[in-house]
Amino acid sequence: MVSNDFSSDNRSNRKKMSSKIVIAGGFGAGKTTLVSSVSEIPPVTTEAIMTEASIGHDDTSITPDKTTTTVAMDFGRITIDDELVMYMFGTPGQARFWFMWDDLVRGAVGAVVVVDCRRLADSFDAVDYFETNRRIPYIVALNKFEGRLDYTAEQVREALEVSPEVPIIDFDARQRNSGGDVLKTLLRYALQHNRASEPVG
Amino acid sequence: MSFRRRRSNRVRPFTFTGGRTRSRHPLMVQTLVSTSEPGKEPPSTLMPESINIYRLCRETRSLAEVSAELNIPLGVTQVLVSDLAEQDMVYIHPTITGSSPSENQVLERALRGLERLFQ
Repeated sequence: MVSNDFSSDNRSNRKKMSSKIVIAGGFGAGKTTLVSSVSEIPPVTTEAIMTEASIGHDDTSITPDKTTTTVAMDFGRITIDDELVMYMFGTPGQARFWFMWDDLVRGAVGAVVVVDCRRLADSFDAVDYFETNRRIPYIVALNKFEGRLDYTAEQVREALEVSPEVPIIDFDARQRNSGGDVLKTLLRYALQHNRASEPVG
Repeated sequence: MSFRRRRSNRVRPFTFTGGRTRSRHPLMVQTLVSTSEPGKEPPSTLMPESINIYRLCRETRSLAEVSAELNIPLGVTQVLVSDLAEQDMVYIHPTITGSSPSENQVLERALRGLERLFQ
């Protein structure tokens, strides 16, 4: 049909690129709330099918015919400019899906661990994952439920064994600008991280 | 860690991906995909799912968006998009991972963009 009209469009279109930020944390800590408050689209859910075999501690002997499990994850989007799009991906809350985090985390610019201070223990898996892997920069964001925090950032750092250099900030997941501050803090930290790892000379 | 299984063991071997569960192209959930020649109709030899991907990606989309909009699980979408890329029917856009200092310029651009959007 009118393929010529399309092709010129297409060339400029090819400059488009994307990046990803991972939003992790315990179940109900405010991951999806954060994604939806900063996203330009309502959070989208996509599903990945996993074989039961990959879940080591699942006993399938009772239901031998059950061979797959479905894991859902939410994501949102921010169009930075004509050429750059940033996606935010929420990790599945349950710790048993840690194997999926590897896939999600690969290629991420950085990660945010959202913490509900009333349930600190729920965030341990996520913090532990990023402390152990050290592949991408991460920050900790304390979600203020009812406008208050039960612990100080330093108490949380000690309780969750967060490394001294990792930024810990508080925010309100329901507020767009507060969520935006979290993303900005992560990017500033990621840039600092990159500069520090730049070879000397 | 040795008990960590490779992806090939975790994705259900869908019959319509010809038994392959790995894509040949570095496709991540955030990677953008667009149809190489949007003006052209997809070849009728393609599978219905691939035809749908071809049509949908006339407007650039991420792999995760393709998966969500067409209701195809991520792993399967990955393989189908990879096949389309192999046949030059879709273009796989660059993905900024921020892992090399050469990408700092883009990260700085992203930061400036966020500063503009969230004041």
